[in-house]
Amino acid sequence: MVSVQDVSITYRTTFERRPTMKDALLRFGRGQRAVREVHAVRDVSFDVAQGTVLGIVGSNGAGKSTLVRAVAGILPPTAGRIEVRGKVSTLLALGVGFNGNMSGQENVMLGGLAAGYTREEILARYDEIADFADLGDFIEMPMRTYSSGMYSRLAFAVAVHMDPDILLVDEALSAGDAKFKERAAAKMKELVGQSRTMFLVSHALSSIQELCNDSIWLNKGELMMRGAPTDVVKEYTKFVKVERNALTLEDV
Amino acid sequence: MSNPRTVPQDDYLGEFHVYAPHKAGLPPLRTYFHELWRRREFAVEMSRAQVRASNANTVFGIFWNILNPVLLASVYFLLVVVLSRGAARESWYFSYIVAGLFSFYFVARSMSGGASSVTSAGRIIMNTAFPRLLLPLSAVSISFRRFLPTLLVYAAIAFATGTGIPPTAVLAIPMLLLIVMFATGMAMLLATVQVYFRDTKSFLPYVTRIWLYTSPVLYPITFYDRLPEALQVVARLNPLYSLVGGWSDLLVRGELIPASMWISAALWSVGVLVVGALVFISRERDFAVRL
Repeated sequence: MVSVQDVSITYRTTFERRPTMKDALLRFGRGQRAVREVHAVRDVSFDVAQGTVLGIVGSNGAGKSTLVRAVAGILPPTAGRIEVRGKVSTLLALGVGFNGNMSGQENVMLGGLAAGYTREEILARYDEIADFADLGDFIEMPMRTYSSGMYSRLAFAVAVHMDPDILLVDEALSAGDAKFKERAAAKMKELVGQSRTMFLVSHALSSIQELCNDSIWLNKGELMMRGAPTDVVKEYTKFVKVERNALTLEDV
Repeated sequence: MSNPRTVPQDDYLGEFHVYAPHKAGLPPLRTYFHELWRRREFAVEMSRAQVRASNANTVFGIFWNILNPVLLASVYFLLVVVLSRGAARESWYFSYIVAGLFSFYFVARSMSGGASSVTSAGRIIMNTAFPRLLLPLSAVSISFRRFLPTLLVYAAIAFATGTGIPPTAVLAIPMLLLIVMFATGMAMLLATVQVYFRDTKSFLPYVTRIWLYTSPVLYPITFYDRLPEALQVVARLNPLYSLVGGWSDLLVRGELIPASMWISAALWSVGVLVVGALVFISRERDFAVRL
C-alpha cells in the first residue's frame, strides 16, 4: 500500500520570526545567512501492507510529522522514493481550516475542493460530517469563534468521512472532550475494522498499543526500530528513560 | 507488492502516487495542470465565500461596491482638474479616468491579493497536497469578480457624460484578456516573493501608487508625446502603457491603437504569465517549510 524507500528529507528553512527584505538586506551587508538545513528524515525505508495500522512514536522533532507529510505528498523527499497506492486523507496536527473568517461549512467545502474532491462528493458527506462533529449552530459561524476542541472535532470529522484508503493521523485523538474522545475512538476502531490503512502519530503510547498492529520508532530522523507496538513502545520508553537519566547526570 | 505496477497518473489524489525528488524543481507539468483544472471549483467557491465574508451580497454592500469606484474616480478627476488649473478638457476626460482607474485597480488588487494568497493560507498548505497555483489564481478571480460590475458603472458614466461606447470597444475585449493574463502573472510572482520576504506586502501600496502616476491612467497616452525623447522610450516600456493605455483608448476615445502597442501588450502579458507561473511552480514545494 505504502512503500517508503531510502527516503531522506532535508529542507532549508529560515529561523527568522518573520523573514523580511529589510532583514535580508541587513544580513547581506554583514555577510550572514539565516537559512539553516534541517535533516528531518534520514534514510528511512519501510513497507506497509493494506489494513496495517502503523503507529509512529518518537520524541519531539524526531521527524514523525515530516515523514507523514511526505507520504501525503505535501513535502517532496530529498532522496529516495515513496509509493502510495490509494486515496489519502490527512488529519495532521493543525487540523482543517483555511480561513478563520469563513464558516466551518465553507472551510469544509474549500478544504475538500483543494484536496480534489468534487462539490457533489463533499455535499454527499457534509451532513454526516456535521453530525459527527456535533457543533450545532457553530458550523455556520466563522471559525475564529471556535474553541480548539471544536476545531479538532471538525478536523477529525472531515478526515474520517472522506472515505480514504489511507488515513494519516497526527496527534489528533487527544482532542475534544471525554464524550467526543469516546466517539472518536469508536470511529477509529470501526475504520480499523474495515481494514483501512492508517498511520497514527501519537505521544499517547496507550492508544498506539490499543489501536495499532504495527509500529515504527523514529529518533532524530532515523528509523530505530520496527515491530509490534508493545515491543516498540517498551524499547522507546526504556530509551527515553536512559536519555533522561543521562541528562540528569549532566545537570549534576 | 503483488499488484502490477501502474503508471502514476496523479500526483495528488489518484489511485497510485509516486513521490520522488524533483530534479529541475518543476513537477510533471501535464499532471500539474490537469490537477489544477480539476480543482477550478475551488476558485469559484473561494470568491463566493470571500464575497459573503465581506457582506458584499447585502443591499448596502452592493451600493458601496458601486459608490466606492465612482468616488475614487471623482477624487482623481478633481485632482487632475485642479492641478491643470481647470484647463479645457475634452468631454471624454472623466470617462477616460474612470475606465483607466477601474482596470488599473483590477491589476493592483490582483497583485495585493495574490501577494497574501499563499502566506494567509497557512494551514491548508501544511495539511493538503494540491497544486498551490490555485491560491494566486483564486485571488485573481476574486478581484475579477469585483471588476466586472464596475464595467456597468463605467457604461452608465459613459452615457451620462455623452462619451458613449465607440465601435472600437469590441477590441477592448482582447485587450482585457491580456490585462487579466498580466495580472495573473504578477499575482503568482508576488505570492512567491511574499513567502520569502514578508515585507513585500508593505511595500506594495507605494509601488502601486507610483505605478499609477507613471501609467496612462490619469492622463491620455498623447501626453507622452510631450516628454523628452529619452524619457518617452522608458515610459513606453511600462507594461501598463500598452495594456491600460490601449484599453482606455479603445474603450473611451474610440481610437485604434498601433500594432506596436498590441505587440508590446501581448509580449508583456504572455511573458509575465509564463515567468510568474514557472517561478511559482518551481518554488511551491518549499512553501510548506517556509510558512
